[in-house]
Amino acid sequence: MVNLSIYKNIKTIIFIVATLLLSNNVIYAQHDSEPHTTTTSEVHNTDATSTTTEAGHNEEGHSTGFNVKDVAMHHIADANQWHIMGDIHIPLPVMIYNRTTSEWIVGLSSMFHHGEALKGFEMNHSDRIVPINGTDSYIDFSITKNVFTMLLVAFLLLVIFITVAKACEKNKGKAPKGLQNIIEPLVLFVRDEIVQPNLGKNTDKFLPYFLTAFFFIWLNNILGLIPLAPGGANVMGNIAVTLVLSVFTLIVVNFNAKKDYWKHIFMPPAPVWLWPILIPIELIGVISKPFALMIRLFANMSAGHIIVISLTSLIFVFGKAGMSIAGSATGAAIAVPFVLFISVIEILVAALQAFIFTMLSAVFLGLALEEHHHEEHAH
Amino acid sequence: MTSIILMNPLITPDPGLAIWAILIFSILLFLLSKFAFRPIVNSLKERQDSIETALNAANKAKEEMAQLQSKNEDLLREAKEERNKMLLEAKDIANKTMDDARERAKVEYAKLIDNARKDFEAERVSALMQMKNEAGKLAVDIAEKLVKKELSDKKAQEDLVSSLINEAKFN
Repeated sequence: MVNLSIYKNIKTIIFIVATLLLSNNVIYAQHDSEPHTTTTSEVHNTDATSTTTEAGHNEEGHSTGFNVKDVAMHHIADANQWHIMGDIHIPLPVMIYNRTTSEWIVGLSSMFHHGEALKGFEMNHSDRIVPINGTDSYIDFSITKNVFTMLLVAFLLLVIFITVAKACEKNKGKAPKGLQNIIEPLVLFVRDEIVQPNLGKNTDKFLPYFLTAFFFIWLNNILGLIPLAPGGANVMGNIAVTLVLSVFTLIVVNFNAKKDYWKHIFMPPAPVWLWPILIPIELIGVISKPFALMIRLFANMSAGHIIVISLTSLIFVFGKAGMSIAGSATGAAIAVPFVLFISVIEILVAALQAFIFTMLSAVFLGLALEEHHHEEHAH
Repeated sequence: MTSIILMNPLITPDPGLAIWAILIFSILLFLLSKFAFRPIVNSLKERQDSIETALNAANKAKEEMAQLQSKNEDLLREAKEERNKMLLEAKDIANKTMDDARERAKVEYAKLIDNARKDFEAERVSALMQMKNEAGKLAVDIAEKLVKKELSDKKAQEDLVSSLINEAKFN
């Protein structure tokens, strides 16, 4: 057990370091491009101290042509409106609370079209509505792309599963029919392959949580793979969403943990003089497990989206953003097979990440629920 | 370091989105577990149980059938053995009866032969006796004739006697 949590910690540390390295590169890249971009007179949102300010400087492009990095970052980020193509957007509801001025901005994102400003806010190039002065503290409660997708997924899941539940009651004692035949094996898979092996007799009590998590993550991932409007949002590649999901797991695990779990943390099975070292490590382990869940899901799903959009961008890079037809054709010839290949892999990854998240949550809960009848044995 | 984390929008959680995620996920969890997963999981469990009991019952019936069949076979075998035994016994009895009959016939035959021999013997003895009686009578007759002849000639008498004796020698 000690070995296991240390191993988990190491993994988490690697994750953190990798993430920071990645973000460093992004930041430096942005700083490199800054001299070019600051030539424009717009000076908004350069203040990095505001926590929710978009760091992407999107006033790029006048001289450098096509910027893959900005396209990719824009693509995987949340947005206040749904970009279809060119200048066509699907407007989404906006609800922003300005904490500095205690003002609400409520309406549709189309209010901000064509660079119009409203109550000190405007739409930036990443399709986010941000304060013009860049210093106002605000919370964006808007139905963004991600929120809309989550609502859609929740709606779809409710429709699908309540239909199946009704069919189950109607076909009691009979062979399953239609949608039941698709959903039941999936439910059985989650129960028998993920939850049962880890939770044993506690399966029934916690099964709904794991089923919900699995199908919620999976359907969000699948919708994210569809490039057209109700799809394409990078929900599970958003750290806020994975944070919430992993906090749910954290709560489920720690609120249901048995005595042995806490005993193992605060009275580890080691000499007492080691406790001052071990107890903090074990406490870090409590947080690092869901933290790893959060980073894993976020990084995997974002990576998929970045790869697909980057490969697609090859068309525009080779075609000099539409200037060269031959270049575009070459780019497409290379990009299409690769995007197809990665997309097929992403279909697997979509299910795999849902599986891994649910599986590890079940493992953590299973460890927390374990009761040792033999005192301090075989750790 | 914190500023690096906070500057990168990728790893900066958006509080508004987080609140929406909490809301959506918890409501979804509540609704799904109450209205969807409970009936689905219950029906799955029921079906699993019913299939298991049905399978168990089928297995039991199969076993019973096999038992019944083996019992039938036993009965059949026993009946066959019984029949063979009976046939053998019948054969034995028949043989014995025949042997007995033969034996009895032999004894009867021997007895008959014996009786016949005895009758013959008796017949012979009585015939001998008759002959003896005849011979006696003959002797008496001869003697009578001799006596009658003696009276006339002595020599003739002797001749007669010797001839008579010769006559009587065939006996």
